[in-house]
Amino acid sequence: MKKDKNFNIILCGVGGQGIITLLQVLAEAALLEGYDVRASELHGLSQRGGSVVAHLRFGKKVFSPLIMPGETDLILSLEITEGLRAASLAGETTTFVINKKLIPFQDGPTEEELIRKFKKMKERFQLIDASGICLEKLGKEVLAGTYLLSVAVLNDLIPLKTESILKAMKNKIAPQYLHSNEQAFALGKPSSPLAKEKA
Amino acid sequence: MLGKSGEKVILLGNEAIVRAALESGVQFVSTYPGTPASEIGNLFYELSQSRVRLGQSRVRLGQSRVRLGQGPNRLGKGFLFEFSVNEKIALEAGMGASFSGLKVLVAMKNFGANVCQDALLPLMYSGSLGPMVILVADDPSCHSSAQSEENSRFISYLGHIPMLEPADPAECLEFTKLAFVLSQKFKTPVIIRTTTRVSHQRAIVKLGKFESKIRPPVGEFVKDKEKFVTLPPRVLEMKKELLEKIEKIRDFAEKSSLNRVENERNDINQKIGIITSSVSYLYVLEALKELKTSVPILKLGFFYPLPRKKIERFIRGKKKVLVVEELEPILEKEARELAKEVNPKLEILGKNLLSEVGELKPESITVAIAKLIKKRYNIRQTVYNIRISRRHPQPCPGCPYWLVFGALRQAVNPEKVIWGGDIGCYMLAGTPIIDLQDYLFCMGSSLGIGHGIKKASQQKLIAFIGDSTFFHSGIPALINTVINRSNPLIIILDNRTTAMTGHQPSPGEKIAIEEIVKACGVKNIKVLDPANQKEMIEAVKDFLDKEEVSVIISRHPCLFVK
Repeated sequence: MKKDKNFNIILCGVGGQGIITLLQVLAEAALLEGYDVRASELHGLSQRGGSVVAHLRFGKKVFSPLIMPGETDLILSLEITEGLRAASLAGETTTFVINKKLIPFQDGPTEEELIRKFKKMKERFQLIDASGICLEKLGKEVLAGTYLLSVAVLNDLIPLKTESILKAMKNKIAPQYLHSNEQAFALGKPSSPLAKEKA
Repeated sequence: MLGKSGEKVILLGNEAIVRAALESGVQFVSTYPGTPASEIGNLFYELSQSRVRLGQSRVRLGQSRVRLGQGPNRLGKGFLFEFSVNEKIALEAGMGASFSGLKVLVAMKNFGANVCQDALLPLMYSGSLGPMVILVADDPSCHSSAQSEENSRFISYLGHIPMLEPADPAECLEFTKLAFVLSQKFKTPVIIRTTTRVSHQRAIVKLGKFESKIRPPVGEFVKDKEKFVTLPPRVLEMKKELLEKIEKIRDFAEKSSLNRVENERNDINQKIGIITSSVSYLYVLEALKELKTSVPILKLGFFYPLPRKKIERFIRGKKKVLVVEELEPILEKEARELAKEVNPKLEILGKNLLSEVGELKPESITVAIAKLIKKRYNIRQTVYNIRISRRHPQPCPGCPYWLVFGALRQAVNPEKVIWGGDIGCYMLAGTPIIDLQDYLFCMGSSLGIGHGIKKASQQKLIAFIGDSTFFHSGIPALINTVINRSNPLIIILDNRTTAMTGHQPSPGEKIAIEEIVKACGVKNIKVLDPANQKEMIEAVKDFLDKEEVSVIISRHPCLFVK
């Protein structure tokens, strides 16, 4: 990570998918590595099946909790439509790690439309069937966020160490859910072509 | 949040406020849930039930049944907590506790300040006894609010109420602790005013020390008619005393480090200035970094009373000043007024460059500051031109309200009925898929407005109200409907909780709604489970024809209530 610049992540999805928990884990991991951290999230009305967007920034010194347009380094989305929606804050070098899961809504785009839109973008995105994989391997869709997180971390898309994330999970995730989350994290592995492009 | 003093942890703004209150030795906490303030009540509630985790800020869903006001732990022994039935009662209960010498925190969202305003104003006249901090959380851009984009700063002007505006969680901790100190010193309530981007911001906070002794919440009301009876002519004396007190607090504000000037030591842009407060301050810093420049900043931690002399000193030598504030131009107007005396030629920029509607974002502030320093700047355009329609919030899958709305659409022709909405999860009846909402205003208004429409028009009308909302402000409206005789069909949606704000307990768990409805004089009452669609449809058809008001209590617990 460049000295003067912060690392900016947008976490998004649909209310109830666990975005806030993911945010807490990442923020904690950044704190453990000694960074200054700020995040902004939305609760309440926006969660009743509505879009949820959280901004997370860490670095030597962070001022605004909100990311400016074009400054996002990584968009991590638990749902495919929301991942595309977050593109309004993306820049030339923004990477997308998107869960293939579609939670449709009235007048919203179809899966085909979405995949077409993604294909038009440069190669800086990964569409991953995190919900499917977590459901198949661990029986729980809700772990998709942790799985996506591990894909991002293990492919060097987030400048945080695996140990920090795991320690942060221990600090932030409820004891009864910790083990399954650790399993979900272990599922991710260096895989995509994106791993070869460093930030 | 329960960590050791000196520890650096990441806290939500609201968590920092709770921490500050605990460190200050708060003894009485009352609240009515409302986003973005809800976590404060939830956390104190968890603490009072001896169940809390570091940094956990949501009441755990599906936990065993909660009993109000029970279960002390070491910290829990130090305070009394309640979810009051509405914000007015929360404030009044806090007043009683303060008058009995306890240290008090009352928390609400901005609209809650409207609900308790009637008590708040005379409270300023009497002043507090035990220190009292009132947390009021605004919601610019209405991320989690209906009604209006209310700017609760104005309440300080109306009631002469000291108000501090923290910009981030660290300031939430610092300012809330200072608020208790101020309140003790000047015997006045102090408002901590946050916004969504402060209350729901996460950042690093250095934890402070707890009061060395946890004083149990045992007070005593000492009679003092001069203080606690707000009747004329004493009331007018009290007002005079209050205005004098405010000037003393202003002197304090003039000297306080909460109001400070930055960037005046270097040589860049010294004839220009920015006045700002709250989270906008952080966006200003970001903007200056983005523009690779420096501009003198006056950061105001006190919104009321304003440190006028400090502002005058700041604007005196300047040619141009930009006031960066969200919503209405209050500081801007104050600056203009002060400039008339000390710097009439000063050019003041503000709402001509920044919107009065909606929250401010760092990019729009960057554009405004660029104009201020006459530098070219364009917001980075996204490389992806993707437009996706808005996702409408709707009830959770499996919510009992789907059953209610489904039955209603079968029972009547929706076009032929007027649908009254109110505040709670059922306000989502307006979502296009359900489309059963013709008016929506504030808590409890479904009944009052429905009554007015029925008196005026004779059309069929069905008014929704939730169980918590019914207790909050629906009961007087129901009585009014009976004695002033109109005949709406009122459906009380009893999901056994206060769901939208995080599933806080509802009074309906202790007091049977149907007994109250009966006691209000309603003759046509039916209690049913909307899962029995046939029964619901029949009841609706039957009641819509009644000459007098009728009430269906649709009882089925929220998904998240065991």
